[in-house]
Amino acid sequence: MSVAGTAGPRRSRGGATYILGLILVGIIVAAGLVSFAWTPYALSDMAGSRLEPPSAAHWAGTDRLGRDLFTQLMIGARIALVVGCGAVAIGGAIGVVTGILAAFATRFADDALAAVFDILIAFPTLLIAMLVVAAREEASLGTAILALGIGLSPIVGRITRILTKQVLGQDYITAARVSGTSWGAIVIFHILPNIVPFLGVNLALQFGLAIMAEASLSYLGLGAPPPNASWGRMLQEAQSTVYTAPWGAVFPGLALFALVIGINLLADGLRDRLGRSGRDAG
Amino acid sequence: MSDLLTVEGLTLATSETRLVEDLSFSIAPGERFGLIGESGSGKSLTALAVTGLLPPAIRPSGSIRLGGTQVVGAPERALVRLRGDAVATVFQEPLTALDPLMPLGAQIAGPVRRRLRRSSSDASRGAVRREVMALLEQVRLPEPERLTRAYPHEVSGGQRQRVAIAMALACRPRLLIADEPTTALDVTTQAEIVQLINALVKELGLGLLFISHDLPVVGQVAERVMVMQQGRAVERGSTARVLIEPEDAYTRRLVDAARRFDSALEGRP
Repeated sequence: MSVAGTAGPRRSRGGATYILGLILVGIIVAAGLVSFAWTPYALSDMAGSRLEPPSAAHWAGTDRLGRDLFTQLMIGARIALVVGCGAVAIGGAIGVVTGILAAFATRFADDALAAVFDILIAFPTLLIAMLVVAAREEASLGTAILALGIGLSPIVGRITRILTKQVLGQDYITAARVSGTSWGAIVIFHILPNIVPFLGVNLALQFGLAIMAEASLSYLGLGAPPPNASWGRMLQEAQSTVYTAPWGAVFPGLALFALVIGINLLADGLRDRLGRSGRDAG
Repeated sequence: MSDLLTVEGLTLATSETRLVEDLSFSIAPGERFGLIGESGSGKSLTALAVTGLLPPAIRPSGSIRLGGTQVVGAPERALVRLRGDAVATVFQEPLTALDPLMPLGAQIAGPVRRRLRRSSSDASRGAVRREVMALLEQVRLPEPERLTRAYPHEVSGGQRQRVAIAMALACRPRLLIADEPTTALDVTTQAEIVQLINALVKELGLGLLFISHDLPVVGQVAERVMVMQQGRAVERGSTARVLIEPEDAYTRRLVDAARRFDSALEGRP
């Protein structure tokens, strides 16, 4: 509990990993953005011969139809980011709303919602996502995003509920109520700002999970249909040739690894920074 | 019937125990009333009951009339209007009573804006800002410009409590509840805050419900006091009489203890 005027964020112990995370995520975001304007070849252009190893012409080699893998990787970056953001947005929205409702509900409704969260968390996210895809009866990118968002929402709801309850017990909430603040204003001005730092870190971790889950869905053939080049689909297509042309599996695997690690490092760095200022304040 | 706050036969109970029993007192507009008692005697619960903020497990019975409105059993919507307008509270620990992630200026601006809107006066940015500055000046805070941008952990304990007082005054309440406002502060700062509360209450003609276990502090603030022990009122009367010639055995013990403590501090036997 510092008392003197120590304004502004300070450099934290996790500085190096935070920067590494920024770099990894930055490269993939850049690749995804560049893919809108430029890729080495067109996505379904059979520009080379079958299963070419990496070379100057094809930086990541070609697949069994002779399509350029680096092009697919760039498009895949775009898809991974869209899936991650979309799933986190949907899962976050559902989770935050139900979590706050649970925290405010009567004891019975709260217990019931908490039990629902727990039961849903016990189901693997992937299984819930597969059920949603099956219910929609078509595999598309939109369905995959919706499915993953719904799959993530109980975890977000659970965390939001706990964080909200913790904030509700603070004196400043009583102080706000004594001065005549309505519950709506308390949620917007006091509860949300105070849970967002912690929730944000968790959502960043969920982002990594969503991307991995999308790769799994695609691998199972339940993700975005061809010609979408998601990294999971690339892995699936490379499966049969993994011994003769390992690059087809290695590169999308590495890209997936880099993005998930990058997001996790970024989230860790964020938690270190926010956690520190949080301790100062509390 | 012109009393600001009238509490009659107030009993607070959980399903198992009675926490406050058959409490009655009243505060006239502009009167300074002290509530004395050790921890757990029901002082703070009484204050919460007055603002209608009791935890759901505690049931009130009896009557609390605040500015002419019955608080016991009133719907939340009516209470929201009453809070701030009729009553505002300063809490014991200003560090936890301020939102750690909101600049101090914004925290004071909240109740100011609400009051201006309710009275349908000018609630523009400029008007709110002028009002916030005036409040900071009123609670004698230096460098108001810097303070409005600072976060609670960046200022001292005394400054935080002054901000909390400014927030309470921002509502322009008719009754100010100060719930152990000096307990978390060091002795020098305590004296300053007591002086400030005294001056403001006189200046603005507020009713004051001052809650403390610290007899000398209550002695400096209140005109009338009530002593509570285990949820019951054991003695009441003018501050001077109660603190100099206590009638009740419990009060006498409290006063003696305070006196012995003072003597010990000054090195007398």
